[in-house]
Amino acid sequence: MKDIQYNTIVTAVRDMCIRGCTQADSRVIDALAEARCAENSEPAATIITQLEANAKVAAQTQKPLCQDTGLAVFFISIGSDVRIVGGELVEAVNQGVRQGYGDGYLRKSVVADPLRRVNTGDNTPAIIHVRPTSGQQLRIRYAAKGGGSENMSQIAMLKPADGIDGVKDFVVNTIASAGGNPCPPLVVGVGVGGDFELCAILAKEALFRPLGDPNEDEFYAAVESELLQRINALGIGPMGLGGATTALAVHLLAAPCHIASLPVAVNINCHSSRHEEVLL
Amino acid sequence: MSDPIRIDLPLTRQKARSLRAGQVVELFGVMYTARDAAHKRLIDLIETGAELPVDLADITIYYVGPSPAAPGAVIGSAGPTSSYRMDPYSPTLIERGQTGMVGKGPRGQKVVDAMCEHGAVYFAAVGGAAALIAQSIKSYEIVAYEDLGAEALARITVEAFPCIVAQDSMGGDLYKQQ
Repeated sequence: MKDIQYNTIVTAVRDMCIRGCTQADSRVIDALAEARCAENSEPAATIITQLEANAKVAAQTQKPLCQDTGLAVFFISIGSDVRIVGGELVEAVNQGVRQGYGDGYLRKSVVADPLRRVNTGDNTPAIIHVRPTSGQQLRIRYAAKGGGSENMSQIAMLKPADGIDGVKDFVVNTIASAGGNPCPPLVVGVGVGGDFELCAILAKEALFRPLGDPNEDEFYAAVESELLQRINALGIGPMGLGGATTALAVHLLAAPCHIASLPVAVNINCHSSRHEEVLL
Repeated sequence: MSDPIRIDLPLTRQKARSLRAGQVVELFGVMYTARDAAHKRLIDLIETGAELPVDLADITIYYVGPSPAAPGAVIGSAGPTSSYRMDPYSPTLIERGQTGMVGKGPRGQKVVDAMCEHGAVYFAAVGGAAALIAQSIKSYEIVAYEDLGAEALARITVEAFPCIVAQDSMGGDLYKQQ
């Protein structure tokens, strides 16, 4: 048995929130630099240059990359030989969010009720997915998920007969109808299979893959690369003002599903792809 | 890349009409911040004939809900929010004097029609360039609706605020040139 203190989790989560919201992902910065060279239009190149400068200013001034520091989303796997001492896991994560969003001057963007809409004031509750696993490890992955890109995400229950072309068309159409709203250049998360809620969770989890790493399954690696090509051929461009760079990557996760079903979900991430991970 | 065009605020109808989609610009002067909630309150006041907390003549409104300012900072990070959420309110404000809007993402046809009829312009700021944009904001003062927190109506002074003319008063539209 491995004991992990409640306060260790609180501090780890607090630090992830602050770091994730203020430090740009170096892979995103590299991808933006590459994209800038491929852009011919002045607005597109200007926008990408501003995004690169923004990452530097955010690091220097310790300000968030984006004022929308999002809902705090967590994927947590907890080993069967892990025991949490001094408190409970979900409360520890929420306490870490409370501290991180307070101490880091991050924006509190959570309302307690979807229709009555009063801000909770501390960015809790977080969205927390916990999975039991074997071993002695607690793995905590955090995403700051902004509203602009989340609002453009979509889900569809396709027929098995729609097949791979139906899935591809749904992904491309989702990005086309989103246009400039989700802050392109995007990272596009796709979940295929499972059921209604699992495909949505997979689409979000796919966004955690390090940018530029190909899918481990060659079949899906080819699907991702075709989708990226089709999405960039739309010409939406940075911030929707036209250009060659609408997405930096497409990440897909698949899961077994019902014989009658072909669920597909598209979870869109803006260029501010803010993901962090700790192992305790 | 050519140098950005300097735009001094407040923006007159005539100056707003002279701007064209695709121009890379920098804004200097005073503008106001408001999002959906503050827009709704302004419209409610207009409908009841009550006095507004700001003069709408030649006003530019920036759609932003900044992150909290750390001690000693003028403002936190302050990038644009999606403008389509303001589409139901903007035509009325343009009719009553607004000449400039700053946000991200395309505006609907009714907003464009009001821009063409009265003379107003829509600037796109770069979503997610929020720390960079904050450096161009030199003052931040809440004018009304403090209870809305980050969504309060505030007067800000900007210097070299970076943006792009996205939709103009002649129907020019960078979002449609794809």
